[in-house]
Amino acid sequence: MQLSGAQALIKSLEQQGVDTIFGLPGGAILPVYDPLIDSSIRHILVRHEQGAGHMAEGYALATGRPGVAMVTSGPGATNIVTPIGNAHMDSTPLVVVTGQVASAAIGTDAFQECDITGITMGITKHNFLVKSAQEIPRAVAAAFHLATTGRPGPVLIDVPKDITQSTMDWWYPSTVDEYDLPGYRPEVALDQEAVERAIALINASERPVLYVGGGTLKSRASKELLAFAERTTMPVVTTLMARGAFPDSHDQHLGMPGMHGMYSAVTAIQKCDLLISLGARFDDRVTGKIPAFAPHAKVIHVDIDRAEFNKVRFADVAIQSNVAPVLRAWDAGSATPHNLDVWWKEIRSWQEQYPLFYEEPLADGPLRPQHVIEAIGAKAEPGTIVSAGVGQHQMWASQYWKFEEPGTWINSGGAGTMGFGVPAAIGAKVGRPDRTVWCIDGDGCFQMTAQELVTARAEGIPIKVAILNNAYLGMVRQWQEMFYEERYSEVYLSADLPDYVKWAEAMGCVGLRATNLKQMHEVIDEANAINDVPVVIDFRTDSSEKVFPMVAAGASNDDIQVHPLQRGGAK
Amino acid sequence: MTPPEPYLGVVDHTPVRHHILSVLVENKAGVLARIAGLFARRGFNIYSLAVAPAESNARFSRVTIVVDAESAPLEQIVGQLDKLVNVVAITDISPKDALERELLLATIKTDVDNRTSLLDIIASAGAAIVDVDAKSVTVMLAATPGNCDEFEKALEGFSDVELHRTGRVALPRLGKTAHAY
Repeated sequence: MQLSGAQALIKSLEQQGVDTIFGLPGGAILPVYDPLIDSSIRHILVRHEQGAGHMAEGYALATGRPGVAMVTSGPGATNIVTPIGNAHMDSTPLVVVTGQVASAAIGTDAFQECDITGITMGITKHNFLVKSAQEIPRAVAAAFHLATTGRPGPVLIDVPKDITQSTMDWWYPSTVDEYDLPGYRPEVALDQEAVERAIALINASERPVLYVGGGTLKSRASKELLAFAERTTMPVVTTLMARGAFPDSHDQHLGMPGMHGMYSAVTAIQKCDLLISLGARFDDRVTGKIPAFAPHAKVIHVDIDRAEFNKVRFADVAIQSNVAPVLRAWDAGSATPHNLDVWWKEIRSWQEQYPLFYEEPLADGPLRPQHVIEAIGAKAEPGTIVSAGVGQHQMWASQYWKFEEPGTWINSGGAGTMGFGVPAAIGAKVGRPDRTVWCIDGDGCFQMTAQELVTARAEGIPIKVAILNNAYLGMVRQWQEMFYEERYSEVYLSADLPDYVKWAEAMGCVGLRATNLKQMHEVIDEANAINDVPVVIDFRTDSSEKVFPMVAAGASNDDIQVHPLQRGGAK
Repeated sequence: MTPPEPYLGVVDHTPVRHHILSVLVENKAGVLARIAGLFARRGFNIYSLAVAPAESNARFSRVTIVVDAESAPLEQIVGQLDKLVNVVAITDISPKDALERELLLATIKTDVDNRTSLLDIIASAGAAIVDVDAKSVTVMLAATPGNCDEFEKALEGFSDVELHRTGRVALPRLGKTAHAY
């Protein structure tokens, strides 16, 4: 069967089971958009290529399947660099197809030419510049294989225009051997000796902590984690990337560790004698000052990527594996710590002394952002998916939302990409149309990517957006208040400019506003009753509200600061 | 206030804690850029690097990288390198188990006054004269990196020297095995 390269590309994506592409056409990718008309694949036409990338990420994080984005060459490609970098930091499976100028024009500074494989070399798991139409099926199959196996990540396929316009004899690789990846071996046999050494450490421990990272979600090990944690009665912390891997309602769950983690989660790590890292990477936002991190702990480090071992923290036992097989092997070997009653008594005292805390909101406003999140959560149906941008609202969402299952928390962790929330929520809703999707956003983040609400309205993707509008770049304001003597430099945004309600309406969405408690409850109910178009709510929140607890950058986790009203032991 | 001096480079000698990585890679466009980019962004130092098509198979190339194991733990360098999809195999040869050789070419301007001493230096280093004319001599030395260093130092007394070195290649000594990752 003779096909054009463009047809082969679309057919290859169909072969991979792709149901949705997020993208925006342009000159170099034009040939591929023609056969798309006849394809079963749904295409979501975005308003900016960054939106396509973040939507694909939201889709991937909500479904566990790779997200797919397609854009043109030059600025189309550079506009999607931020989502690619974001997916690289968070190990999100992504396949990005970029158009490229014709092969003969490469290197001549042709119109809309850029070296996107060069630009993304350091922020993709791998990338391809396709050299012939006959190679397209192999490149696509290999890209999906790379994106989804081992440590997942973004893979980019750059396809010159003459390649998509030329013809090929259709074929499709049927085995991994045909992918032509002689250097790629994502899975290694489980090291039984290391498993045994880990069991010995667990059996000797009196104060263990299960430090659960995003790798636990990526490797779908939540069930095994629950079983292992309940059998061993160990306390569990879930990092920002792992929220939802272990139910927040479970009484062994201490919540999130790190810079804005729960006091009990942070302190349990500091005091533990054994830290069991399951798909976590000792990020600086978790460790604080590294020499002072978990100073009494031996470390068991489970990761599919061996380059994570001993990168930040020495591992007494390192096991290169997905999480689930290791937990099953530990269960089979009856790994059991000492009786943890004394340890739990200590942990419970921290939980009682320093729970999450914010001041009671005043009836007339301004609203407390934490309270708004709790109010939305209280009225949300189980299984609601929450996305966030980056900053204070993200930390509050992670702290105050109750995550009960994998795939319900969509956020930008490692890269810290402002503007991630709205497009990611759209992607999540496309992937899980049965679920309610809330985007908890900040006013600064919202302004970066809000144009994608036009996409959401046009494509019939009814997400709900809660802007916690404090009129500031809130996290930066918090740092300037705490560490720069309240010298506020370039952080004020205004609560009224833009008018978020009018802006939402102009984009075909329902726009609502709440400035006091009564309105807050009303607009949440109103938003919950709307299921056909996107809703945007402008919640006017207190500008002076800060995220606590907090460990200052570079400080030891022992120096965690709780809310000022909790200091001195009093609430 | 004086502005900081521009970086003029330093004459480098082989780092004390160096390792020789023999890396088999797919012979594809951009592979060297991937390796160089990885070392640059992770802050690993390359002391020398030599690339050539691999023995017996046109599909692969062999890259011999001398890394400074002071700049980062070898485990990190190897772990990150191994994640490059085009990297097929990595072997690590510790210097004490390695046969290391390097090729040096140098053209030295001479006159009647210093010609004899130059010929003495060439002879004692075991270098070979590969080209010669009335005013200059081109010599070749294939030797251990240390001997190349010494030869280079011996030529410092000559005012006009153009000197190129290839960077080293290495194999394990007989009876020793390289550590394969």
